[in-house]
Amino acid sequence: MTKTTRTDLARKGPRVTRRAFTAGAGATALLAGTAPFNIIQAQGAALKVGVLLPRSGAQAGIGQDCQRGVQVAAGILKDLGLPNLQIMNADTETNVEVARAQAEKLINEGAQLLIGAFDSGQSTAIAQVAEQKGIPYVINIAAAPPITEQGYKFVFRNFPVAGTILADAFANQKEIFAATGSAPKSVAFLHCNDTFGTAMKNGIGAVMPKFDMPYKIAETISYDPTARDLSVEIAKAKATGADALLVVSRLNDAILLTRELVKQRWSPMAILSMGPGWYEDQYLKTLGKLGDGPLSFVPWYDPNKKLSKQLEAAVAKAFPGINVNTNHVYTFEALLVAADAYKRAGSTNPTALADAIRKTDIKDNVSTGPGIQFNAKGQNDKLRNSAIQNRGGKLVTVAPKEASNAKVEWPMKPYDKRG
Amino acid sequence: MIGQLFEGVPARALVLGGLLLGVLVAAPFLVNDYLLTVLIIILYYAYTGQAWNIMMGFAGQLSLGHALYVGLGAYTTAALYVHFGVSPWIGILAAIPIAIIGGAIIGFLAFRFRVGGVYFAILTIAFAEFARVGFDHFSWVGGSSGFFLPVANYSVSDLWNLRGKPMMFYYLILTMTVGAFVICRLLLTGRIGYFWLAIREDEEAARAIGIDTFRYKMFAVILSAGMTSLAGVFFAFFYNNLFPEQVFHISRSIELILAPIIGGIGTLFGPVLGAFLLTGLSESMHAILYKFGVDIPGVKQVFYGLCLLFVVIVLPHGVWPWVARVLGIRERRS
Amino acid sequence: MPAEIYLNVAISGILTGLVYGLMALGLSVIFGVIRIVNFAHGEMMTIGMYIAIVIFSAFKLDPLVMMVPIAAVLFVFGYALQASLINPFINRPEHSQFMLLVAIALIMVNVLLIIFGPDAKNVQTSYAFDSFLVGSLIVDATKVYAGGAAVLVSAILFAFFRFTYIGQAIRACADNYVGALVVGLDVKRLYALTFGIGAACVGAAGAMLVLIIDVTPALGPAYTLLAFIIVITGGLGSMPGALLGGILIGFTEAMAGLLFTPSAKSMFAFALLVLVLLFRPQGIMGKRTT
Repeated sequence: MTKTTRTDLARKGPRVTRRAFTAGAGATALLAGTAPFNIIQAQGAALKVGVLLPRSGAQAGIGQDCQRGVQVAAGILKDLGLPNLQIMNADTETNVEVARAQAEKLINEGAQLLIGAFDSGQSTAIAQVAEQKGIPYVINIAAAPPITEQGYKFVFRNFPVAGTILADAFANQKEIFAATGSAPKSVAFLHCNDTFGTAMKNGIGAVMPKFDMPYKIAETISYDPTARDLSVEIAKAKATGADALLVVSRLNDAILLTRELVKQRWSPMAILSMGPGWYEDQYLKTLGKLGDGPLSFVPWYDPNKKLSKQLEAAVAKAFPGINVNTNHVYTFEALLVAADAYKRAGSTNPTALADAIRKTDIKDNVSTGPGIQFNAKGQNDKLRNSAIQNRGGKLVTVAPKEASNAKVEWPMKPYDKRG
Repeated sequence: MIGQLFEGVPARALVLGGLLLGVLVAAPFLVNDYLLTVLIIILYYAYTGQAWNIMMGFAGQLSLGHALYVGLGAYTTAALYVHFGVSPWIGILAAIPIAIIGGAIIGFLAFRFRVGGVYFAILTIAFAEFARVGFDHFSWVGGSSGFFLPVANYSVSDLWNLRGKPMMFYYLILTMTVGAFVICRLLLTGRIGYFWLAIREDEEAARAIGIDTFRYKMFAVILSAGMTSLAGVFFAFFYNNLFPEQVFHISRSIELILAPIIGGIGTLFGPVLGAFLLTGLSESMHAILYKFGVDIPGVKQVFYGLCLLFVVIVLPHGVWPWVARVLGIRERRS
Repeated sequence: MPAEIYLNVAISGILTGLVYGLMALGLSVIFGVIRIVNFAHGEMMTIGMYIAIVIFSAFKLDPLVMMVPIAAVLFVFGYALQASLINPFINRPEHSQFMLLVAIALIMVNVLLIIFGPDAKNVQTSYAFDSFLVGSLIVDATKVYAGGAAVLVSAILFAFFRFTYIGQAIRACADNYVGALVVGLDVKRLYALTFGIGAACVGAAGAMLVLIIDVTPALGPAYTLLAFIIVITGGLGSMPGALLGGILIGFTEAMAGLLFTPSAKSMFAFALLVLVLLFRPQGIMGKRTT
């Protein structure tokens, strides 16, 4: 629920001449990065970036959270000496048709680059428009693999696909088991029967055997995304006699599940979550002490990186009481990619921008992993995922070791001992 | 048949209709891509509204689960295309019967067991929800993680496989909408149209004079289901991804029926006018709010709801009868 | 699976079903008497839930305690809605009623979205995490309280319709509209009263349900559908039927979730609905209408 911000900090200079000059010079000369060109670009026009997010409809909360990443971006990008971006906001209304129409509309109004849209379905629709029109599109969050398997030349995704999230989850879990010397022998796998949950479930079937995990899945229990009451699901999970809970859910379900765990008096050795919900602010605030303990294996940021600290500070200042999370990080990084590519391309020509994006190599970034690069399909396949744990109402990163800032608490403290 | 098509239509209506058609045919060359996309959405709702209108306006059965047929058509052709490479034009030979079977089951259950009115509406909702949950678990078509159609090169317009630029899709949906319009007109002015009118006005009396009400109601249901499934085919190949949560959802069913109800149930032009009005209203509301810098999610929908309320209260028969009166066109049947 | 699981789940299903039943009771009253297809039923309940949340966060008062004021607010709201907008629509065709209420529901949902935002909210009472240990059975405390409250409110409602003058007058309208007019009952006012009562019911149900689930502005439609299923299954015009339908649906869903896959449990409710519509359209306890 924010007013439209049009970060229009473009300084008006004799744009036409310089733009014509630099555009004519071609991508190669610009990428040489010689100083005079950089100075010129810093005074150039702002890049028009269309931001498509679900700001109403079922995913409104998440869309608005992603928007926070957009709002803190301007200040940080400026500090980094990157060119200005003129943000054009649009609401996909959590609807595929609207997403497509809004993408067309933004391009019509002069957007030179698009970012968005959190949801795989809407991102697919936008990707088609972007590709047709030859406008670069940087996806902030969407895990469905097919989007970057279409042979698109203008679509880029700086977010891991479901398979990578899973593979890293298992790797991180093994790291944790090794560090603590203990592991569950059997788990009950609970997942939401929606797009993400089912994709993860299918992925687990494919990926888990390769990792030789110490535990078996005792039972797979899927529940309806609109479920009002999850007592049956927890009763079933408890009845399997499993040591730990493996779960893919969303925010509301996470809160419901935790409550049921307390009410039905079951404290598993660990809660291993491979999706959203268990680390979100609302979860921590609602459950207080009862919210500590769950481990989430998710795309995250590296708290030790310099830019991460800057982002944390900016979010703390602009939105006190809100923890930095995946939504902020990846939306911010999409804008980082845009600004960085614009600086190197030196022009707003979409093909030049797309080529520049393809050659992106940002080592000083926020998300976990060696940095931001795109492979031939437009996917950043170098992204790593972290393991975070809820602790005292805050989040600490416990794995992988090189991107962590705390030791894991294992096993999880039983609910009835939390005072 | 051509005579039947134009019989009794006042000249003014023909002229205005012809003008509208002319503008629509020329549209891709007159407007930008964004407006073209909006027009596609409008025509899509005009088409589905027309198909729904057959069941409701002509046979008097309120169906609140029409998304079922859209979904069946979409998934059938998409699955055949992705798994077997079958062109959607061939695929509809499977999609239409499947949708018809769905409609026939619902119709049969409803009419044989005398389920009418709001009970029928709830029954249709139940079937759509059943399909939604069912397809969520149907992994051959992706289940709830979604079904993606591979997207090919955009510079080539491949009509056979329905791959191509928005302009191709625009003409396709325009043809479908005009086709639906023509079919409805022919049916209405024929024998069946009179039987439907009789059934709608007083079913008992109709049966008393020997009209086989079951057969004609079933025909309406089946025709409606079959036509709606084609909209599903269009949807699948235009948007290239399908999620049961979105395709079969009750909000989809409600979206489908807004246009014909606002435009005017039982009228020929009602669904088309309704589609233009609603989408036009929605987009202009968007633009107006943006201009005033109001960016609060939900405000647009509130205004939308207020407009709906206004139309429902003030123009209970829909907007078209009023517009027709103003334009001086008398439609033979309301 | 150990036997307690079945019993636990069954009890949980029945208790939740009681609350559903109360919500459906409101619809049964409205639909049974006024014959209006109230597609904004779930939204009215959502409003009740939000009121409970606002009161709780401001004054820390338990929703069960605040049930009466919440029901009262919703009564006034329902009365006003019926008297102003809905009355003219009573004799209009179903699709018109439907459109009216869809428009109203749309406005309600989005006003709630504007005021409260999209995040889920809930009420966390001191007993929110309690459960009773009965032998080897674990029974959820909040569900017991909510279920108990539902039974209480239903009993009050039965008494109202059976023993008070107004209650009997309303039933008369339902049974014989023309007759009621002839006898001189102010049918319009009684209709408004009935809608108010139905709304109050659903508001009370909301106050109880907010203890069990979280609220979002878009919660309404699923509950509207559920209410219709319960009313049709239990029997139109029969109040015990609505409660019975609620218990039945709550039980069926819980057991189906346990025995089959939970994500498909709503399919069973729909299957039940279809069976009822086909073989016993008046519902389990309904009277066959002429």
